[in-house]
Amino acid sequence: MSDTRNLTLVQAVRDGLHTELREDDDVVVLGQDVGKNGGVFRATEGLYEEFGGDRVVDTPLAESAIVGCAVGMAAMGMRPVPEIQFSGFMYPGYDQIVSHMARFRARSRGRFTLPMTLRAPYGGGIRAPEHHSESKEAFYAHEAGLKVVIPSTPRDTKGLLAASIRDPDPVIFLEPKLIYRAFREDVPEEPYTVPIGEAATRREGDDVAVFTYGAMTRPTLEAAETLAEEGIECEVLDLRTVSPLDREAIVDAFERTGRAAVVHEAPRTAGLAAEITAILQEEALLYQEAPIERITGFDVPYPLYALEDYYLPSATRIEEGIRETVEYEP
Amino acid sequence: MNVFDRAYDDPVRVLDEDGTVVGDVPDLEEDELVGIYRDMRLARHFDGRAVSLQRQGRIGTYPPLSGQEGAQVGSAAALGEDDWIVPSYREHGAAFVRGLPPEKTLLYWMGHGDGARPPDDVNVFPIAVPIASQVPHAVGGAWASKLRGDDDVFVCYFGDGATSEGDFHEGCNFAGVFDTPTVFFCNNNGWAISVPRERQTRSATLAGKAEAYGFDGVQVDGMDPLAVYAVTEAALEKARDPPEDRLRPTLIEAVQYRFGAHTTADDPTVYRDDDEVERWRRKDPIPRLERYLRSEGVLDDDRVDRIEAEVETRVADAIEAAESVPRPAPKELFAHAYAELPPELEAQYAEVETLREERGDAAFLGE
Repeated sequence: MSDTRNLTLVQAVRDGLHTELREDDDVVVLGQDVGKNGGVFRATEGLYEEFGGDRVVDTPLAESAIVGCAVGMAAMGMRPVPEIQFSGFMYPGYDQIVSHMARFRARSRGRFTLPMTLRAPYGGGIRAPEHHSESKEAFYAHEAGLKVVIPSTPRDTKGLLAASIRDPDPVIFLEPKLIYRAFREDVPEEPYTVPIGEAATRREGDDVAVFTYGAMTRPTLEAAETLAEEGIECEVLDLRTVSPLDREAIVDAFERTGRAAVVHEAPRTAGLAAEITAILQEEALLYQEAPIERITGFDVPYPLYALEDYYLPSATRIEEGIRETVEYEP
Repeated sequence: MNVFDRAYDDPVRVLDEDGTVVGDVPDLEEDELVGIYRDMRLARHFDGRAVSLQRQGRIGTYPPLSGQEGAQVGSAAALGEDDWIVPSYREHGAAFVRGLPPEKTLLYWMGHGDGARPPDDVNVFPIAVPIASQVPHAVGGAWASKLRGDDDVFVCYFGDGATSEGDFHEGCNFAGVFDTPTVFFCNNNGWAISVPRERQTRSATLAGKAEAYGFDGVQVDGMDPLAVYAVTEAALEKARDPPEDRLRPTLIEAVQYRFGAHTTADDPTVYRDDDEVERWRRKDPIPRLERYLRSEGVLDDDRVDRIEAEVETRVADAIEAAESVPRPAPKELFAHAYAELPPELEAQYAEVETLREERGDAAFLGE
């Protein structure tokens, strides 16, 4: 058993970056305030001091160039890890993400590949100003050529970040900032990876399969505990990667339960829950015993924070949503 | 005088419109001079044939470059073997100089993905269609070169319209801040489709925009291949080994004109008059260099004829090669989305193959 450290999720991000910077000279971290300041969430704390300003780079304030320069670096075989300070500010870099990062490999028929990992804190619930709380993972999951990873535990964070940085393809790595410091977990000191594209079972149960990821994993588990007291046993799957989805695990959990709910804080329309529902329709229709419940953010612009608790799925809302599908009778 | 110590609106010139020497002729061997002439002829002939192929329905929409050969060939000829070009969609003349086989360009405009893959030993980035979006790539590539201690310079091509885009500004700004070995080569052909250069910016010159980024900007007569060569060579040298008081990057504004349409889908008579086109045709880079090389005794009728024949054969061969490439297999749709084919894409590919087996290609092609 290797040595571990008890880390928060954001410390695991930092630990993952530290490990990869140490292991591979081609890894470069770049973004706004990632250097001397150590990142506005401390995700890059101490890295500038240890690896120097050529590898942990404070850039000008320009998201398109942060992504676009990383594209050029990655095309030359480096492994840049650009950070966008908040996912709500990714849009100036969106053209670079979809027109180049996602398709450079396809566009050059494999001559160039982009081993780059674009990190951004995402999601709501931290009483942040406007544009600091959105969940737009569906934008990126929709884009062929990208992988989209969303960890929910410190241990997974370090391993998934390492897997992303080492992956030959570009990865969007969204960090649920609500749980950056919510809890700690023992994280191995040595380098390791957690495979991209594999869901994790967080709770076993036979009555209903609940699919979620990121910061919604905790209220979902809380709801599952409440329901368990009533004798409703939820299987909770933390997807960990929303592109590619772990279709096998999703279908398997549904086939065993016949009922499902999907929980995400992103808006409902054309969100991941719709995709998961479609997968279940296609692959496990005859197992279905009830409508699949979508417990999500609403189809409104993300509110200023006085109302964000009404917007974000709470444990109670999740509980009621799950109960709806469990209690459904045709 | 350092070539960069001149007013932004004072273009570097070597030959005038008649091919008479009016500046410092770069130090080039005879075969290099002839090479520039030949490559311009190649680009011009290719261009004429490509427009004609489009009219015959043998290739798709195509962006002509006639008029711009001096800027493209003159600049690309100055590059070192390991340097890179990062093109937009009109720089096939420069790409040929770098070793891109012309059939690749034809294939690209025929809709074949393979045309977008430069051979592994050709240092050319894939064509970037969204305007100015390639500028940050050239900065990132050059940045990687610098971090690794390589000596490779990245020459980024874009048009006058691109200088209005955010990516131009962001890329130049990063290049200045991180002092990357990047040459920003603006093919200012006067028109962004129908919008004239004056409508892009109130800046008196595009070269002068470099001032804001802290590095050198210089204007060059883009219809003069030798002037373009000279200024690009100076920019490359500075990118590799800058003097203490200058940054590595340079913005070159090559003032030129496209004789033809923006693309074969465009009708330029709608927005510009024939007199303007005629005025610029008198500055044509090809006869200009030819006159100079004849006066120097480097070219004569015989050699010009041989070059013409060589170029015609090369383009004819390229057309034949491109047209003999069969439609790619449907698997190519999926092949390069990711390094490894994910199971979901495997399943989607299987959908295609299942229907093909049952109904043949006609199910897709409507044939």
